[in-house]
Amino acid sequence: MNTIKINIVSASEEIYSGEATMVYATGSLGEIGIAPGHTQLLTGLAPGPVRVQNGKNEEAFFCSGGFLEVQPDLVTVLSDTAERADSLDEAEAIKAKEAAEQSLADKDSTIDYAKAAAQLAEAVARLKTIQKLRKKQ
Amino acid sequence: MANTKEVRKQISSIKSTQKITSAMEMVAASKMKKTQDTMLEGRPYSLKIKDLIAHIASANSEYSHPFCEEREAKKACFIVVSSDKGLCGGLNINLFKQVISKSAELNNNGIESCFALIGTKASAFFKSVGGQIVGVAEKLGDKPNPDDLIGLTKIVLDMHKSEDIDEAYLCSNIFVNTMTQQPNIDQLIPLVPQDGDDLISTHWDYIYEPEAKDLLDELLTRYIESLVYQSVVENSACEQAAKMIAMKNATDNAGDLIKELELLYNNVRQAAITQELSEIVGGAAAV
Repeated sequence: MNTIKINIVSASEEIYSGEATMVYATGSLGEIGIAPGHTQLLTGLAPGPVRVQNGKNEEAFFCSGGFLEVQPDLVTVLSDTAERADSLDEAEAIKAKEAAEQSLADKDSTIDYAKAAAQLAEAVARLKTIQKLRKKQ
Repeated sequence: MANTKEVRKQISSIKSTQKITSAMEMVAASKMKKTQDTMLEGRPYSLKIKDLIAHIASANSEYSHPFCEEREAKKACFIVVSSDKGLCGGLNINLFKQVISKSAELNNNGIESCFALIGTKASAFFKSVGGQIVGVAEKLGDKPNPDDLIGLTKIVLDMHKSEDIDEAYLCSNIFVNTMTQQPNIDQLIPLVPQDGDDLISTHWDYIYEPEAKDLLDELLTRYIESLVYQSVVENSACEQAAKMIAMKNATDNAGDLIKELELLYNNVRQAAITQELSEIVGGAAAV
């Protein structure tokens, strides 16, 4: 079976490197699927899951944003922060989401509105990743 | 000849200095491990983003980014990465020397220089030398936060956008190994396409999502930020290694000095005893 090489790196470490038969990611314009031999593509990443399929195995990662580059035989994910999806904690994610909503609602607070909105988007994406994974199991 | 009390005092003062330098050596050795780990953690990202930029440079893009375009140079900006603390041998000064000579070389070609400085030592040095300083980032600590550098990088990139500067250089130390740190000056803007990647030489281009301009703007900014961050992290590993070596040398030198002084002390003491004895003998003979 054809495979494509995939590297996922975040600013602080190398997350994953290996072969895949199919890669799914959340691009800034929507979800994309990449099969081996895909044409060259460069896109931004929205906060969300990146899934790597190799045959029947599937691994999921959470990326909070960054870039994705596709060459016919290579996928590179440059993530701002990335973590393995199975290390995501649902309770933590809900807490982060609530905190972000709180700071958005709290108009008097000195928190930067754009920053709070970004935090909320990230927390929601984190939660979605967890829920998506759960459904599959 | 010095008296024994003076020599003893000197020995004990050098001994306490030696204790301090050997403690600092050990502190630097333990910090060095940590800073090296941080440096290695950041490497995969900077390598991958370098590859990606090389790919972009070889793509026949419909949009050419200002960072990639060479324009007639009138002014250059040096981003100088240094340490916050001293006592690390010639690490900083070797780098500054290179920066000054590069800046003089550009000056001969009619290109002015300005400086964006990272680290207390650089800001102190360039203030005293009297260069035009556009930005300073100090006291980043042992584990620098990328956020602390974004402001400084932005100043430089904005100056490039507004055509206040036409070239930018990144000056920092490269960590070769614990014994060797190499001062180095890299050209940031305009981007130098790196070769060595055997991409298909046919005509190709990416599909950009969303627009090529937005995407490349953001990506190149991120690229430069990541280069600056990586060099800061690397410089901090250099600093700890250099500090360890410098402190080790200082401890060894103190040891040598103590040995010499102890020899002197024994000589002085023996001379005093001999003198006393000969005085007694002389006195007894007189009686």
